[in-house]
Amino acid sequence: MASKLTRSNRSGWLMAFPGVALMTLFIIVPFFLAFAFSLTNQRLASPNAAEYVGFENYSDLLGLAVFTLEPERDEDGAVLRDDDGEIDYPRLRNFTRNNPEYPGLQGKREWFSWQSGDNRTVVLASDVVFMKALVNTITFVFFVAPIQAGLALCLALLINQRLRGINVFRTVYFMPVVVSIVVVSLLWKFIYSPGDGLLNNVLGWLSFGAFNGIDWLGRTDTALPSIMAMSIWQGVGFHMVIWLAGLQNISPTLYEAGNIEGASKWQAFRYITWPGLRNTAVLILIVITMQAFALYAQIAVMTKGGPLDSTQVLVFQAVERGYGKQDISGGSAISVILFVLVLAISLVQRYLTREK
Amino acid sequence: MKTLPILAGLVISTSLAGAASAQTDLSLWYHGAGSANAEEALVNELVEEFNASQSDYVISIETFPQLAYNDAVGAAALAGELPDILDVDGPVMPNWAWAGYMQPLGIDESLLEGFLPGPIGSWNGEIYSVGLWDAAKAMTTRKSTLEKYGIRIPTLDTPWTGDEFNAALQTIAASGDFDYPLDLGMAWKGEWYPYAFSPLLQSFGGDIVDRTTYQTAEGVLNGDEAIAFGEWWQGLFEKGYAPGTSQDAADRETGLIEGKYAISWNGNWAAPAVVEAFGEDAIFLPAPDFGNRPVIGAASWQFGVSATSENPDGARAFIEFAMQDRWFTAFSDGTGLIPPTRSAAADTKFYAEGAPLEAFYGLSEGQALVRPVTPGYIVQAKVFEKALADIADGADVADTLDAAVDEINEDIENNRGYGHN
Repeated sequence: MASKLTRSNRSGWLMAFPGVALMTLFIIVPFFLAFAFSLTNQRLASPNAAEYVGFENYSDLLGLAVFTLEPERDEDGAVLRDDDGEIDYPRLRNFTRNNPEYPGLQGKREWFSWQSGDNRTVVLASDVVFMKALVNTITFVFFVAPIQAGLALCLALLINQRLRGINVFRTVYFMPVVVSIVVVSLLWKFIYSPGDGLLNNVLGWLSFGAFNGIDWLGRTDTALPSIMAMSIWQGVGFHMVIWLAGLQNISPTLYEAGNIEGASKWQAFRYITWPGLRNTAVLILIVITMQAFALYAQIAVMTKGGPLDSTQVLVFQAVERGYGKQDISGGSAISVILFVLVLAISLVQRYLTREK
Repeated sequence: MKTLPILAGLVISTSLAGAASAQTDLSLWYHGAGSANAEEALVNELVEEFNASQSDYVISIETFPQLAYNDAVGAAALAGELPDILDVDGPVMPNWAWAGYMQPLGIDESLLEGFLPGPIGSWNGEIYSVGLWDAAKAMTTRKSTLEKYGIRIPTLDTPWTGDEFNAALQTIAASGDFDYPLDLGMAWKGEWYPYAFSPLLQSFGGDIVDRTTYQTAEGVLNGDEAIAFGEWWQGLFEKGYAPGTSQDAADRETGLIEGKYAISWNGNWAAPAVVEAFGEDAIFLPAPDFGNRPVIGAASWQFGVSATSENPDGARAFIEFAMQDRWFTAFSDGTGLIPPTRSAAADTKFYAEGAPLEAFYGLSEGQALVRPVTPGYIVQAKVFEKALADIADGADVADTLDAAVDEINEDIENNRGYGHN
């Protein structure tokens, strides 16, 4: 490695300089700053000097506890039930707020819970919003990465043909990529609008009025899928172009040879196209994963993390805390966690898709 | 296009300043670039007249879009390049004073006699900023609507009680004549939530933070009164009395006028359009009294002196120059905002006796309570906003308020109490 670098001549370094300098200034330095800030209680604006606090910001974000709630019982030990027959439990806040018997639960909140017999087992988190953001972000990546990559490949196959006017289709599919994501988000906010929104209108018309309008972004079960759908639509054109470049790199002679040997369309795809796209596929998967983890603008414009945290994501939380609530150290800690997460997933992807 | 001659005027005035070396240059930053009403033009006029009125100081004004303004000030403070005179939003002022962006105003306090409480920005016993106007909110509706359903028209002295208000909403909802009886403005995310809804909480007897010490929110934001408020708040959306967090922003603007909503909880800035649509039928009613007392929010944008100003005397001279009834009247007429003194109100076209928005002056005088006066407010406002949105979306009331209290208390602790005396 070292010998390669020393062999590079001066003009090579000179040409690399602008890019390297910008990346150092705006990516590498801020990253190390974020890591340093995350170990302090640095504020955005404050007369108090920052202090080193160790990993407190991380334990505040990641703290978890499990607690079993036993039902309220009457004098005979029978389980008390409310009017609907549901078991009565003591309120969690009796344990989590200023209760010296349970110091480990102080300030924690219910994340999720399940029933086991008469007892209810509750998982508590120090920072439920962060946990929900983490889960939502991973869910988003889990659905968006394969669907967006698959759709983009289908589109690329469709437009990789010598047809009159094929450029029109290429342009149409690519258009959403060129439009600012903020503008796209605003437009889709109108499309998803409750009541008279475009989507509700179209669905109502298609179903001859049988469809009842849905408040797409206002329901906890539809908000995140709605944002996934628009994000896939917006980004698919970009990855289509990368697939297309990969497709056009495959030598036509391979297809001719396949033709002569009587390969079906499926066989041509399976044994010529797909192996030829291998490196492109790895690139696209990693790029989409990283882009999807960085989800921010759609959330900031469309839902601000609501309703009930169903669209909270990590980057939005990092900005909200670091900037909105002036807690630079908390925002930095989230950024560092996100970095570790993306790095780990990218490494796993690299390992799984390595040349065998 | 209007800005061009103003800009030209600026260039000329600043170049003249260079020629006359005896004068001291001062800078003023202002948040309302591209404001829809006459506010920006009036501020420019104010600066020009001040420059012409004396020969010691020349003020040059730089305007920013409102959304970028606070960020610009924060960045300038870090870079040590704050202007001499700062324009600051009332509830944000304590934060800027605490962070060292501002210095005590030090103007002649007799000038503040007869002022509404909202436009005076004080923190830790010092006055830091003063506003040329205030804003107020009212339950905006039509007299004919209330009469149709047999609902009493409340007055400043005897506002609706909580029960009366709930009954009114129920009656209107039962009629089915409107999409929703009440429009709270849930579409306006951000500062609107604490500004418009914390007064409702205060009317129940709760608050965002304990104002005796400003060191905790425990028992105030999650006490019995606050939980009662939260249950009531959640009920508004559960019962379909008010559109929730996904309210369409366009409906917020025009819903009352189009007849989608019966009553709208809105500011005086939205009032001229309602008067135009309904004329004499438009009425502006005081906030309901939920037990403690009826409350509305107060404080708008104000002027203050930056901590790094080398010429605080010039900055003070400018602010004192601006504190004249004729400017209060001009701003009120141009923007529809409330003048800070009764004597100025008497000459305005909106707030004079018998004028269409006269009720708002009384509301500001009688019901106004400024938002918590603490540097932590900017964080507390965000926590409060999220709690109210979550409760409206169906979250458990007590748990949500507990979480908000924890977050506020943790923030106060992390900031070592925010330097309250």
